[in-house]
Amino acid sequence: MEKIPILRMGNFLLVTIQVDMHDRLAMALQEDLTQMISDTEARGVLIDISSLEIVDSFIGRMLGNIAAMSRVLDAETVVVGMQPAVAITLVELGLSLAGVRTALNVDAGMELLKTAV
Amino acid sequence: MALLFSEILPIHAEGDIVSVRRRVREFASSLGFTLVDQTKVVTAASELARNTMIYGGGGSMRAEALNGPRTGLRLTFEDNGPGIPDIELALRDGFTTGSGLGLGLGGAKRLVSEFEVSSRVGEGTRVTITRWK
Repeated sequence: MEKIPILRMGNFLLVTIQVDMHDRLAMALQEDLTQMISDTEARGVLIDISSLEIVDSFIGRMLGNIAAMSRVLDAETVVVGMQPAVAITLVELGLSLAGVRTALNVDAGMELLKTAV
Repeated sequence: MALLFSEILPIHAEGDIVSVRRRVREFASSLGFTLVDQTKVVTAASELARNTMIYGGGGSMRAEALNGPRTGLRLTFEDNGPGIPDIELALRDGFTTGSGLGLGLGGAKRLVSEFEVSSRVGEGTRVTITRWK
């Protein structure tokens, strides 16, 4: 089964979602990330979604879940790179990703993580 | 109203939801929809395709490109599942009989120009959405 790679950089875990996410892949990422936070004692997770052409309620829920689960495991999550058209659609759909930190790009996201932890 | 093309896609497995998204993106882009409008209709299709699979037990989507006074994309999702007993309730944000957020049906409605749902308990559900350019 295909998997989304998780990179470790110091205290942080980096994920770049570059594939068209099907639901099972999203669920697997959620589980892999929480496991990896626990294994590596990571303090921050950065998820780059700049390649994602849509975020529907399922993917949105997954992002919210990851942020909540990381927080419980004492790690901060930041989602970066959302395309403007995706942001417009997401809010109209009824999802505001409350509880998920966001930043415009990877650089800004890393800054955010560094000050948060 | 002229029909530019019509195509039927199956929705039986999770991978089919991804195929529906890709195909709807291609249709919307070929009709000259803006990026935001493409994203809205693809997102609505993703929600409805997932409903067809999870709640309807699988079905199909028919895509039709309409050309007349206005250009539009019409998508019809059909299943032979258990049906929706109370459509008004199903459209309400936060209502779900599954494990989702309950945003699928109502959310999809907000993303398109026209929305129609008809359902018979024990027979199935049909949801038709149209996005005008």
